[in-house]
Amino acid sequence: MSTSLVLGGRGGNAEAGTGTEAAGTGAGGAAAGGAVAGGAGDAVATSRVVVAAPAPGAAEPGRVALALADPDRARRRPVPKWLRRMLGPVLLVAFWQIGSSTGLIQADILAGPWTVLHTGYDLAADGTLGENLVISLRRVAFGLALGVGVAVVLALVSGLFQLGEDLVDAPVQILRAVPILGLVPLAIVWFGIGEQVKVFLVALGTAFPVYINTFAAIRGVDSRFVELARTVRLGRLGLIRRVVLPGALPGFLVGLRFAFTISWLILVVSEQINASSGIGYLMDQARTFGQTDVIVVGLAVYGVLGLLSDALVRLLERRALAWRRGLEAT
Amino acid sequence: MTTAVATATAATSTVGTTGTAAVTPRSNGASEPAVWVRGVRREFAGRQVLAGVDLDIAAGEFVALLGRSGSGKSTLLRILAGLDTDATGQATVPERGAVVFQDPRLLPWARVLDNVVLGLRARDARAQATAALTEVGLGGKERAWPATLSGGEAQRAALARALVRSPGLLLLDEPFGALDALTRIRMHSLLRDLCRRHRPAVLLVTHDVDEAILLADRVAVLTDGRLSLDEPVRLGGARTRANPEFAALRARLLAELGVADDEAEQVDPEQQFDAERQDDAERQDGSAQGDVEQVEGR
Repeated sequence: MSTSLVLGGRGGNAEAGTGTEAAGTGAGGAAAGGAVAGGAGDAVATSRVVVAAPAPGAAEPGRVALALADPDRARRRPVPKWLRRMLGPVLLVAFWQIGSSTGLIQADILAGPWTVLHTGYDLAADGTLGENLVISLRRVAFGLALGVGVAVVLALVSGLFQLGEDLVDAPVQILRAVPILGLVPLAIVWFGIGEQVKVFLVALGTAFPVYINTFAAIRGVDSRFVELARTVRLGRLGLIRRVVLPGALPGFLVGLRFAFTISWLILVVSEQINASSGIGYLMDQARTFGQTDVIVVGLAVYGVLGLLSDALVRLLERRALAWRRGLEAT
Repeated sequence: MTTAVATATAATSTVGTTGTAAVTPRSNGASEPAVWVRGVRREFAGRQVLAGVDLDIAAGEFVALLGRSGSGKSTLLRILAGLDTDATGQATVPERGAVVFQDPRLLPWARVLDNVVLGLRARDARAQATAALTEVGLGGKERAWPATLSGGEAQRAALARALVRSPGLLLLDEPFGALDALTRIRMHSLLRDLCRRHRPAVLLVTHDVDEAILLADRVAVLTDGRLSLDEPVRLGGARTRANPEFAALRARLLAELGVADDEAEQVDPEQQFDAERQDDAERQDGSAQGDVEQVEGR
């Protein structure tokens, strides 16, 4: 095994000499002694790096020997990345459990992980969780479908036609500035506290990111391809179908990913404000009775749903954008 | 059948307002050239790039158009391709045209075969496209994504896309400019074969004098918005650089382009190769299209 020592330059170099002396640590002598010059000599060392292992000509000024890996050194098998990534979360849960068991974290502040698991199992077993989960999922699904659908239509109208842009884009950009959750009171006035208001809020919240990204993507389609379409006599419909839509797809998918995230966010808030079912309602009920375990179960469910929906969009992207990786998809 | 493009004449601007390319079929006499251009003008922001260009290309004729950087040779090609409808003057071109650009311009989200059939409506378009791909040496690559092709392969796919349309006019806008020197040599012979077989009228815009002489039946030079030189290439079959007539024509063209021949001769092949590669690298950086044209003397 070769150790490489970073040495300061020889004092013969006027520049190097002043550099080390100014540092005042006596590092100037390091070159002779073979000790590592350390931080003091940095400014000098960068220009003259010398590896201790004898290399022909390495001592000559202006030449540098590179420290390369030693092939004889036995390589340790690296710990898989996922395993290393697990370490932090596992430790966190462990401390949480210890805290709960020792009474350091009181149950009415935060239930312990074991209690949460137990409660989660109970809620799943008696059907409460599944029932409310389905209701929440349905709200998100309807809201997303509506929001994404409307957004895509609007983006096409304003992306493809100048008149469309004039009519649609400015109002959308203005409305976008309004925080969606600020509309909750108005939405309740309009739709009461039934299903509609949740679907409406989710749709509204998800429409903006999809619209913005899709519109930008349509406008960003490479003009060279539009030119090409003209030379191969592609009609307007052909241009949209073969060039504009596929070209805008990546942007749309980015918007869709934002939409998924936002849909859960809006669902959480609207279910906790006014609902008689759904995961958010379950959590709000639990708050009334101080059941922190149920609240944590709800949080965990939301988290899993968020992860799953993100995975779904990633899958969609992999499928739809196979050409980006240039894979010979089968 | 021929199509008139850019029919807005400078004198009578009543009918042909700019932006409308009226389609007028012309009587198809046997002596009628495939491409007929008279007094085509184009200016950009007050600068006149084309100042009345006259050009005929016979059916099946291969014309190379040379010019210095910014001489407007690409502008002329774009006008003939129907991509620039703000030009004035008169021009008729075959109804079926095809363009190969300097960049392959394959839609990255469509497989190679789908790129080749783009815009075709014939029932057997896919079979024809497969045949065209085989012809350019890309048989078996039908289902490949464009991103997986090399530069030369992508440009051959672009050639196949042009050929499958059986064009009456093939417009080539520096199609080999972005390729490395060796690939370019191969593409030259491929293009020669293809043109011999399909006999389209060809307009090749290039800045490469040797390329022009090697490939074309006729070479033209665009200077100050007009064709300042237009002469047939008569090399009697032996199109090699060793041919003294080759050298003579080359010298003439270079002089017309404002490069002294001895200046060009000083460049030894080795350096030339390096310079070309550097050129290619710059082009692939995507530095402004059209502005990187350079008159290369060899």
